Amino acid sequence: MQKYNSKKLLLSIFIIFFSINHLHSAESANLLKVKWSFKGLTGKFDRASLQRGFQVYKEVCSSCHSMQYLSYRNLGEQGGPEFSESEVKAIAASIEIEDGPDSQGEMFIRPGRPSDKFKSPYPNVNASIAANGGAYPPDMSVLVKARPGGSNYIYSVLMGYEEPPSGMTLDDGVYYNKYMIGNKIKMSAPLSEGIVEYSDGTKASVDQMAKDVTTFLSWAAEPELEERHKTGIKVIIYLILLTTLVYLSMKKIWSRIDPEV
Amino acid sequence: MSDHEYTPKSKAGKWFNDRLPLLTLGSHLTDYPTPKNLNYWWTFGGILTFCLLTQIITGIVLAMHYVAHADLAFASVEHIMRDVNFGWLIRYIHSNGASMFFLAVYIHIFRSLFYGSYKSPREVIWIIGLMIYVLMMAAAFMGYVLPWGQMSFWGATVITNLFSAIPLVGESITTWLWGAYSVDNPTLNRFFSLHYLIPFLILGLVVLHIWALHIPGNNNPIGIDIKKPSKDTVPFHPYITIKDAFALLMFMIIFAGFVFFTPNILGHSDNYIPANPLVTPAHIVPEWYLLPFYAILRSVPDKLGGVILMFGAIFILFILPWLDTSKVRSAVFRPIYRQFYWIFVLDVLMLGYMGAMPAEGTYLVLARVGTIYYFLHFIVVMPVVGLMEKTDPIPMSISEPVLTGGAEPSLAKKDNAKI
Repeated sequence: MQKYNSKKLLLSIFIIFFSINHLHSAESANLLKVKWSFKGLTGKFDRASLQRGFQVYKEVCSSCHSMQYLSYRNLGEQGGPEFSESEVKAIAASIEIEDGPDSQGEMFIRPGRPSDKFKSPYPNVNASIAANGGAYPPDMSVLVKARPGGSNYIYSVLMGYEEPPSGMTLDDGVYYNKYMIGNKIKMSAPLSEGIVEYSDGTKASVDQMAKDVTTFLSWAAEPELEERHKTGIKVIIYLILLTTLVYLSMKKIWSRIDPEV
Repeated sequence: MSDHEYTPKSKAGKWFNDRLPLLTLGSHLTDYPTPKNLNYWWTFGGILTFCLLTQIITGIVLAMHYVAHADLAFASVEHIMRDVNFGWLIRYIHSNGASMFFLAVYIHIFRSLFYGSYKSPREVIWIIGLMIYVLMMAAAFMGYVLPWGQMSFWGATVITNLFSAIPLVGESITTWLWGAYSVDNPTLNRFFSLHYLIPFLILGLVVLHIWALHIPGNNNPIGIDIKKPSKDTVPFHPYITIKDAFALLMFMIIFAGFVFFTPNILGHSDNYIPANPLVTPAHIVPEWYLLPFYAILRSVPDKLGGVILMFGAIFILFILPWLDTSKVRSAVFRPIYRQFYWIFVLDVLMLGYMGAMPAEGTYLVLARVGTIYYFLHFIVVMPVVGLMEKTDPIPMSISEPVLTGGAEPSLAKKDNAKI
């Protein structure tokens, strides 16, 4: 009797979790699916792809999209693009940062340092909206986590530019995108063949760039992902070992009372 | 309560214990006679204590880095995730910890419903437990507001607006709750303050909950009163402590699975978009553990009616010990109630699902049916079944077979062994 009821309750719990999973997957049913290297229990970022992705971000996305929660130093940290220290310094130094006030009370311009946050393309949100035909180009720091479907969604939108179906009229500055919610997007197709020239010789096809920049954005949203996966495996192995020991102790202790716990 | 008097062995211990009998308390907790047939559904009390302490400890650390200001809160959470050492781990434990806490509390409550643990003489334990549950919901709701994402802001707007349904003074109360004319910085400040306060209120109630438990002692799967101590009981330590530890570790494995491998699956992606009072999300959805009540709220076309039913759905639980008329505690011996119990479980799960779906069409109809059944279960099923039902024969003790009724003794013994 007891076992029977336990099974039922356990089943209910599974139903709850299944429903949660179901709700999540329902939202992202029609997206393009990519086998990302960073998914799964031992998922890791593809280092070369992250570096290429950063290049796409820097040369294409960053002209409109801010990434205000990242610092240049993050680019050299473990689990990220892992640029060398000198590369990170060079990347930061190529940016002009407004600092101050100095001892005279004046603001001044200096080269960026690794400790600086990514410089935003616009001084504030209103300026970015005004410059982009009334649409706010969202900050990209946590964009992947902020969209149902995550990485697949970002990739799908980048690949989803098409001619609008016949009968659909689009206003000026509005584009048709197969995967964007409502199918209308105010960003023109950002990627085109050869817009970026990769230094590692990889061919900069739209698909390749979309994959690389999505990988980069996924890291930007979850810079702790590799450490999280590695620690997680260790924690779970430790817990399983400890659970086994405690289970054996429990059996031994309870054997004094009743052979059946 | 253990019957024997406790005397500390050391002189210093005796000196201290005469002035503050903490050692006597320790001895009581160690020897506390516990029914030996408790199954794993009874381990969730210990698991819940662990959850509370985890939330308090991670929460205190998070509060050291978090900034409760409408312009800075979102950025400070990202600061925790990126710049604070192991900040991501602490925050993910805290945010998933809330879900694990509710998962455990729901199992704990449904265990109580199945085995009749709320019945005499344990009504006060039940009521204190419900007070903890209500405070938990308040704490979780306010905690969800703190990152100041889109769901934070709009969830806070929806829930605080419920109070505006109160006739005459509703609008004033809502403004008073907000500290402004909409959800704004003062609202965030007070929510943070209360979110920090409530866990300690819960901790105090947990002490009372356990104290009240130690007066009659644990209920048990067959729901009968047992002699304590006797051959039906075991001392709490080491028998129950080791079993609780084992169950807790199993729980922690699942917990760690969420924290390390799918830390955001229980949250809503919109909460990684900073709060924007000018843009309403397409669907405003609370966290999963509040969904059944959200479904009840939305199933009523009238705002005030919805609010009354939603709060009613929670507060009807407080009078449950008096709605249930059955003399038998455990559903193991209640063949009819047992069926209704599982229908009720499915009803609550269905309401939860409806709460996540848009309130329209079939979803709305099912949510209404579910809501009506929810109340019928308590108002009609509980009292009527308790009076009408012919219960199965009850054993005299945990280790002895059934003495009354037609069951064959050997058969009953077999059943007991399984229990």
